[in-house]
Amino acid sequence: MSLLSVRDLTVKFAMRSETVTALDQISFDLGKGERLGIVGESGAGKSITGFSLMNLLSRPGYIDKGKILFGGEDIVQLSEARMRNIRGNRMAMIFQDPMVTLNPVLTIGQQMVETLMAHRKLSRVEAEHISVLKLREVYIPSPEERMGQYPHELSGGMRQRIIIAIALLLDPELIIADEPTTALDVTIQADIMELLLELCQSNKVGLILITHDLGVVSQMTERTLVMYAGRIIEAGPTREIINDPQHPYTQGLINALPQQTLPGHRLKQIPGNMPSLTAIPQGCPFNPRCEYATDVCRRVLPETVHFGQVEVACHEVSRLHGSANEEQSA
Amino acid sequence: MLAYLVKRVFQAVAVMLVISVVGFAIQDNLGDPLRELVGVSVSEETRQQLRDELGLNDSFVVQYLRFLGNALHGDLGTSYFFKEPALEVILKKMPATLELVFGATFIIIGLSVPLGVYTAIKPNTILARLIMGLSIVGISIPVFLTAILMIFVFAVNLGWFPSYGRGELAHVFGYWDTNFATVDGVMHILLPSVALASIMLPLFVRLIRAEMMEVLQSEYVKFAKAKGIRPWRIYFVHALKNTLLPVITVGGVQIGTMVAYTILTETVFQWPGMGFMFLEAVNRVDTPLIVAYLIVVGFIFVVTNTIVDLIYGLVNPTVNLARMGA
Amino acid sequence: MSTLSTNGLTESRWTRIWNSKMGYSFRSNPVAVVSLAIFLIIAIGAIFAPLIAPFDPYDPAQIDIMNSEYPPLWVDGADPQFIIGTDDQGRDLWSTILYGTRLSLMIGICAVALQAVLGISIGLLAGYVGGRLDSLLMRFADIQLSFSTLMVAIIFLAVTQAMFGSETFNQYAIYFLIAVIGVAEWPQYARTVRATVLAEKKKEYVDSARVLGFGPMRIMVRHILPNSLSPIFVISTVQVANAIISEASLSFLGLGMPPSQPSLGSLISSGFDYIFSGSWWITAIPGVVLVVLVLVINLLGDWMRDVLNPKLYKG
Repeated sequence: MSLLSVRDLTVKFAMRSETVTALDQISFDLGKGERLGIVGESGAGKSITGFSLMNLLSRPGYIDKGKILFGGEDIVQLSEARMRNIRGNRMAMIFQDPMVTLNPVLTIGQQMVETLMAHRKLSRVEAEHISVLKLREVYIPSPEERMGQYPHELSGGMRQRIIIAIALLLDPELIIADEPTTALDVTIQADIMELLLELCQSNKVGLILITHDLGVVSQMTERTLVMYAGRIIEAGPTREIINDPQHPYTQGLINALPQQTLPGHRLKQIPGNMPSLTAIPQGCPFNPRCEYATDVCRRVLPETVHFGQVEVACHEVSRLHGSANEEQSA
Repeated sequence: MLAYLVKRVFQAVAVMLVISVVGFAIQDNLGDPLRELVGVSVSEETRQQLRDELGLNDSFVVQYLRFLGNALHGDLGTSYFFKEPALEVILKKMPATLELVFGATFIIIGLSVPLGVYTAIKPNTILARLIMGLSIVGISIPVFLTAILMIFVFAVNLGWFPSYGRGELAHVFGYWDTNFATVDGVMHILLPSVALASIMLPLFVRLIRAEMMEVLQSEYVKFAKAKGIRPWRIYFVHALKNTLLPVITVGGVQIGTMVAYTILTETVFQWPGMGFMFLEAVNRVDTPLIVAYLIVVGFIFVVTNTIVDLIYGLVNPTVNLARMGA
Repeated sequence: MSTLSTNGLTESRWTRIWNSKMGYSFRSNPVAVVSLAIFLIIAIGAIFAPLIAPFDPYDPAQIDIMNSEYPPLWVDGADPQFIIGTDDQGRDLWSTILYGTRLSLMIGICAVALQAVLGISIGLLAGYVGGRLDSLLMRFADIQLSFSTLMVAIIFLAVTQAMFGSETFNQYAIYFLIAVIGVAEWPQYARTVRATVLAEKKKEYVDSARVLGFGPMRIMVRHILPNSLSPIFVISTVQVANAIISEASLSFLGLGMPPSQPSLGSLISSGFDYIFSGSWWITAIPGVVLVVLVLVINLLGDWMRDVLNPKLYKG
């Protein structure tokens, strides 16, 4: 049985004059201990997906339809109190910017201990003991001393390690990491990712890694979802998606990677911008930026089709693939 | 920490010096001390002699330094009207004013935090809208008008409370007369305290609400929610502490403003405090008392502001006091 | 030429603002509409007081002490000549309130204009020049803000009154009030304008203006100042309300407008002595006018803050 099973999740934002759809019927599964990457440009709905899974959408966002089955329970239907039992306990989240994620006026110790005591009947001393152990697990030097320090006394990388330690405090089944390294120095980004991977593997924790960086996804995850304008447009094993992308958008993302470009050549970027949620074009939302777009693409929203090991939402995928095969055979 | 403290105290002393110059300039220009001392029936010769003896013919700087020296010894001159040292007159009136400020502060702190927090976490309820609506009305009514209204309603029409004076007092600590020891005393201080609190309370409710709403949108509050922390702990531990930091700074300034408002409240309720005394001194052109009041009030302002700055530094872990001193 | 084109630009900007968000928000907010309507009624009443008022409260020939303390028409013992009664000196209360509102409003607006001129100039200077001058001016602003305006005003006016004697003081009271309220609150503007200047200074258009050879004055007035307009607007509204309250408080204490030339505050003050004897209207009616005036200004300020949502200096 899978750990997480999302079915037709639709999230809307009630703005003053209109209601916009931020997530449109997305469905995916995650097995126990499996690592899943969600990629896309900013505004594609990646973070909203993450917050929906925690049932923490802030107004004016709300879950309009769909199910989120976590360990067999639909958390969309759960009461706030029962949902609170899951958050931080069975499902934890790592936020984007460690500089603003920790409360500036509480010590590291206070912020760790309160998390433990919110979910377990523990004495303060026991909670402090567990916290120190977890800090050690994320390679924080002299953890006892850190417990009494305030966030501003620590560097960004150190804070993100602490946030990872907090996420791991209660041995959750699933960690949602929302761009956990974008706000950090390039030099420590790899360290943090490596740490996250190591901890997830050794503790058999499921991971949903939200990122715009396909390179990171290829190192960290087993399966990948590519999102565009609130929809999943391609999903499948990470290796397949990186090596043989089907959707023109995914192809564009991969071609835009620096590794794919010869030295001295310009990066191949996808022309245009992602549409805003208030102005999603008719038909396939990607059609204005797609070089293969046909009349059908401009009129009809593509259904998801299975293509080998991946699922793709594109009208032209078989033709594209066919032509690719022809090139190979020629 | 020490460097910051020294810097802050240095600034406080500088401000006090400026106030003392202003005070002396007033003393020097307002009224004729000789006439107050000996009347008008003395010959010009004796007057000149007296002026010399009193040092009134010395240069401004010399006279100022003498004034400053005396002030540092607690001698702010003798009140023309009371024929007593001005500082003593003021110190005798001070407990009445401080008790009023204390009563109002008690009301403000006791009500503004719960009301501000409530309106921030449940902004769309009818009660929250009502509180916000009343708060803007409260801000728009001048203190003296609130005071008059309360006298008119609760003292004149309903007769529940006395309309003026301090009522029955209890003598404590040897020199302090308090309103808080007897029922009659409390009845007397209630209306003036509420009137004094009436303009600050809505100000603080609005301030706390605005800050709290901002804090509740912050990433660290979202993270606390993602950790599964209970709402009350998020509101009162995570959010409130961050909310109160800016409130402390504003509060420090408002303590000073409250001293000004005591003049209005004391006038309406004929409350025998410093403010009431000051207006009487102005009407009697009792220069030493006016100057002494200026210096005492200036001192209260400077001390409260310095203390508030230090408290802010101590409460806020992100303020590194040692670094601020550099 | 250039003046013409700028005028055209500001005009179209105003129409754009009116037709877009601000206009829409105003039309759809009944509180703002009613507040503005009431404010305009009071303002028109104040501006045209000499035309509207049936009596001239400053003309001793029209005042008869025998007429004192007539109640409003709806109370027994009223004189039909005086719609809302007379005050303790026998003046028609309606006329006196009209003239008093005129004074209160004028003092409030002039004092805020003075604050704005001082604060904006100092803020622009501090932000643009920066360095030592900036830190000196801002330190000065901090210290001045730490003293309550009302306290400074009370002491200043009390000493002035004692020094010049009541007669001379009363003659110039209006100027003293404007000066003291105006000077005391400049830091509010200075801080906000300075913050905007610091933010705008970094932007490219200021650099390009400098490269094009425009002097600092022109850059500040033409380029930086327009960007500070919305916070200045919001501050000004609140400040006018505060200035009117300060003026009323000072006059109530006898440190402002004299009873012979009463503002709303001095009217309330003179009526206060009669509140125990039952002549409540001398206090109550000007009191209501004062509160309504301040309230509608505050409500408009609140609405404006919501719509413009400027980054106000906090501290």
